[in-house]
Amino acid sequence: MTAPRTNSAAILRGQVLRLAARLTTPLVPSDYLDVIDPLRSGAALRGRIVAINPETRDAVTLVIRPGRGWRGHIPGQYIRVGVDVDGVRQWRAYSLTSAAGRADGCITITVKAIPDGLVSGYLVRRATVGTVIQLDQAAGDFTLAFPAPAKVLFVTAGSGITPVMGMLRTMQQTQPPGRAPDTVIVHSAPTAADVIFGGELRRLAREGRFRLVEIHTDTDGVLDAGDLDGLVGDITDRHTWACGPVGLLDNLETHWAGAGIANRLHTERFRPAVIATGEGGTVNFTATDTAVENDGTRSLLDSGEDAGVLMPSGCRMGICFGCAAPLRRGAVRDLRTGELTTAAEGDGVVIQTCISAAAGPCAIEL
Amino acid sequence: MTAVQETLTDPTTHLTDADIEDLGAELDAIRDQVIGSRGERDAAYIRAVIDAQRKLELGSRAVLLFSLFPPAWLAGTVGLSISKIVENMEIGHNVMHGQWDWMRDPAIHSTTWEWDNASPADMWKHSHNELHHTYTNVRGKDNDLGYGIMRVDEEQPWKPLYLIQPLSNAVNACFFQYGIAFYDLEVGRYLKGRVEKKDFVSRGKKVLAKIRRQATRDYVLHPLLSGPSALSTLTANLTANLVRNLWTHSVIMCGHFPEGVQTFAKDSIEGETRGQWYLRQMLGSANISGSPAMHFMTGNLSYQIEHHLFPDLPSNRYQEIAPKVREIFDRYGLTYTTGPLPKQIASAWTQIIRLSVPNRTTQQAKGIH
Repeated sequence: MTAPRTNSAAILRGQVLRLAARLTTPLVPSDYLDVIDPLRSGAALRGRIVAINPETRDAVTLVIRPGRGWRGHIPGQYIRVGVDVDGVRQWRAYSLTSAAGRADGCITITVKAIPDGLVSGYLVRRATVGTVIQLDQAAGDFTLAFPAPAKVLFVTAGSGITPVMGMLRTMQQTQPPGRAPDTVIVHSAPTAADVIFGGELRRLAREGRFRLVEIHTDTDGVLDAGDLDGLVGDITDRHTWACGPVGLLDNLETHWAGAGIANRLHTERFRPAVIATGEGGTVNFTATDTAVENDGTRSLLDSGEDAGVLMPSGCRMGICFGCAAPLRRGAVRDLRTGELTTAAEGDGVVIQTCISAAAGPCAIEL
Repeated sequence: MTAVQETLTDPTTHLTDADIEDLGAELDAIRDQVIGSRGERDAAYIRAVIDAQRKLELGSRAVLLFSLFPPAWLAGTVGLSISKIVENMEIGHNVMHGQWDWMRDPAIHSTTWEWDNASPADMWKHSHNELHHTYTNVRGKDNDLGYGIMRVDEEQPWKPLYLIQPLSNAVNACFFQYGIAFYDLEVGRYLKGRVEKKDFVSRGKKVLAKIRRQATRDYVLHPLLSGPSALSTLTANLTANLVRNLWTHSVIMCGHFPEGVQTFAKDSIEGETRGQWYLRQMLGSANISGSPAMHFMTGNLSYQIEHHLFPDLPSNRYQEIAPKVREIFDRYGLTYTTGPLPKQIASAWTQIIRLSVPNRTTQQAKGIH
């Protein structure tokens, strides 16, 4: 009898929702419910910052209570967060540093302010407790499945410790001492004070949960993959997860491949969305699968129309927004001000094609 | 230009081409200043307005569930009227202008917004943003000039239909949201054979579908939800829509119809420079003076001049830049048309009544360029 009841409940729910939508037209019920509870189930995923804990001089951990639609994460994954900086919605990805399935239902991300970092600077220095931010479900395949392999090595540098911290914390929670894997962490940072989670890592190491090797590059020099044989000893026996700057990861991959154990190395690259900002470029109109060259001085609207793309348009002088279209990725320049607008997939940036020219390769959803 | 005695005076003859470009550069500087300082404060403003409007609407509709009790009817109707006015003017009109697109919030964006009005957002954006704001007060191009059913300038040729325009304007005021939808459908152009039948029919269906959804909400579902108060909720909703119609019609009429506002010949805008475009917006619009509450309730369209100069700047900034704009008017010897609401409404109505009959004298062709 359960199945039919579920069915009729689902049908009833659908009918109630349709009726509610007719009561709230032209808006939808969630537009009003968001006013009351932005974190309720069924809402677009958001989270509330419930605590901000300093980690180092330039890094903080944000404790976030996600909305009821949060589906959880696998240790090592990241989330995209959308925050309003100076009133403008900005999206960035950060590794989850909390254990999977924390008792209080919260998640944490740990953010290190990078020089001139718009979002990281905001989150580290200006964000306040109580702020509601936009979230996306966890993603990423740099993960550690549980139970973990018997012997594990983590090689991290700087904020590369963040996804690994999520793995370590989950390990503490799910695998009691004795049943935990034989774990070694080699972490590199400029000085001891710059080690994010330094206190917690050293305490757990003292308790014998794992062996911690700290490389302080200001005094010890940069970590080289070749040093690991001496520092760890049995790297060929271990499954290794590495996260850090591109140079370190390339170096590790070469070394592991040389040792014939490339399949035992998992890496996570924090790729800042590098955008070519040279003047002009190829414009891809994704809906119509049309590519056209834009010299960087003509508007995307003109270029699109020349190529036969059905471009919405209006005043052609930047006033009416009749031409607004999503910039899927790439960079464009405002022909009036020279201002650069960049977007990565999923940023949801909308531009006015009539006053924008390509500033590198870009894709427009038209 | 509207007053008969002024028709032979071009208010811009004292300006050289270089003056007009200087004026354009000064206005561009004001625009850049606002864009450069747009930020958290502005975002917080529009979010607070949207939040308050939705709460007011929810609260008013909840109170109207008990509208059988006269105080509930009164409170609910006042609340719903205010909510509908704010939703149409300070929120809908301005969001659909793209004033808040810079926030990159898909929930408050010109491409996703739909409003509580008979005219569907995409059709309204075309006729308002693209036609009216681009061709402001250009006779034969800007249909807002009398909405195609009225004569609001001597230069528009008189037709017998205009004899009843005081009546048509009053009727239009009462049913303004349908008037806007009808207008956005470009019925006149269709009748003249300038719009393809299939396009017209498909747009007509969209309008009818929206009108049906809106009317079902206000005149069927919410009354039914009110149970014994059904009839009084129906009259409350009718009243709120009427109040909203009368208010928005009055405010919008004050924007371009009062005495002192200029109109322009079609050929005068050929090859128009940015400076000349600004000048046309300056002379083709009129402001309303009054209290902050009045400005808010007009969706800051009381700053019609500032809005027409910078239609995509956030509405909360118009009051800030108004003194600077006015100072530019003064320095360049131009008239900043403004006045209190009753005076401007009376002025616009006077024009409509006066121009319902043919001009007393044959007018000389004129244009400001």
